[in-house]
Amino acid sequence: MLVKEIKLLLIKDLKLELKQSYTINSILLYAFSTVFISYLSLNGTIDAGTWNALFWIILLFTSINAVVKSFVQESPARHLYYYTLTSPQAVILSKIIYNSLLMLIITTLSFAFYLFYLENHVANWGLYLVTLIAGSLGFASLLTMVSAISSRSNNNFGLMAILSFPIILPMLMTIIKVSKMALIGGNYSASAWNYIGVLALLNLIVIIMAYLLFPYLWRD
Amino acid sequence: MKGIWWKFLSIILLVYAVIAGFTVDVPDTNIGQTMRNVFYHVGMWFAMLAILTRSFIASIKTLNKSKLEDDIDAEQSARVGIMFGILGIVTGMIWASFTWGKPWANDPHLNGAAVSLMIYFAYFILRSSIDDEHKKARISAVYNIFAFVLLVVLVGVMPRLSENTLHPGSKDGNPAFGDMDSTMRYVFYPALVGWMLLSLWIGQIKVTLRKLEFFNENKDLR
Repeated sequence: MLVKEIKLLLIKDLKLELKQSYTINSILLYAFSTVFISYLSLNGTIDAGTWNALFWIILLFTSINAVVKSFVQESPARHLYYYTLTSPQAVILSKIIYNSLLMLIITTLSFAFYLFYLENHVANWGLYLVTLIAGSLGFASLLTMVSAISSRSNNNFGLMAILSFPIILPMLMTIIKVSKMALIGGNYSASAWNYIGVLALLNLIVIIMAYLLFPYLWRD
Repeated sequence: MKGIWWKFLSIILLVYAVIAGFTVDVPDTNIGQTMRNVFYHVGMWFAMLAILTRSFIASIKTLNKSKLEDDIDAEQSARVGIMFGILGIVTGMIWASFTWGKPWANDPHLNGAAVSLMIYFAYFILRSSIDDEHKKARISAVYNIFAFVLLVVLVGVMPRLSENTLHPGSKDGNPAFGDMDSTMRYVFYPALVGWMLLSLWIGQIKVTLRKLEFFNENKDLR
């Protein structure tokens, strides 16, 4: 039952996205502009550590911009309508899956822009790509939950940033640590894969918490 | 007398911690007498975590029973937690400027401390941005629970994962109890319990006070 509801809600979100399609386009333009500004202001000379940190900061801001709309782009009345049709767990899980898909696309394209303009510092491609995937999935689920919280307040966008920065830090620190190991001159060791495990575990914790807590956010 | 014994225990333990903390022999290390700060600085963090745990439990109760009394409990406990967090940072900064030469060093513990304060400041900003009392109670309880779990991951797990912390003892298990000899431990553990009980005591007074104020404000409505 839950799976069926999630599937239908997910299809609804995807159709809405394809019909309007301004979300993903505006986010891609945002990512491109940020990368281009970095390229122009840095003049092409940065060391590997800065290169890595800058990329994750760009991705963090891009993902906040992408996810912040999750619960406000549809009117409250329509949320009330969904409330009569489905369970809250299906709503939050479908949003997490949808945002994870969105984040995977955004991460891939932003990284492509970034590589094109700000040269390549990656040595261990396997590890870096796995970190990118684990990182964007983690960002997606945590930010979805925070956007659900902040959508219930009076100042959605401003709160989104201050609510999410402190709690995304464990994830971000782990990501930066492990992705540094994949760079040229980074000390790669087998412990990097333990950090990937930590990331996956953090993501799992966030999804479980979202599953348990979202029903309380939902009712008015 | 019922329910008051732990307050006496807190007073006795803290008096003991203050007297013994300044008279006990500390091992001769390169930080000298400042090592005595461990009885007070580390205690602040334990006190903070104790009262924040109370706030966390009160938030769970808020969601279960949706009574505003539990929300008052969560809010006031978080306030006391912030106070102990600031005290922990200040005592740590005074100590750090002696031992490491600067008040703020790039260290997982310090960053964890700053982040935990940021989380609870964000909690209060979230509260102030919602008008309806019951909605405020519910939404902020959700954030409190969500953030507390991630905070526990941050302060409990991350320092143990990193190799380059300045705090002692991170290699062999618990980062807070580094190279202490057994005589110091006789002062240290009672001090920790004393501080934790003190924070719960302050929290209890603040909660009761706010509940009475709340009752007075809404007396006409009942």
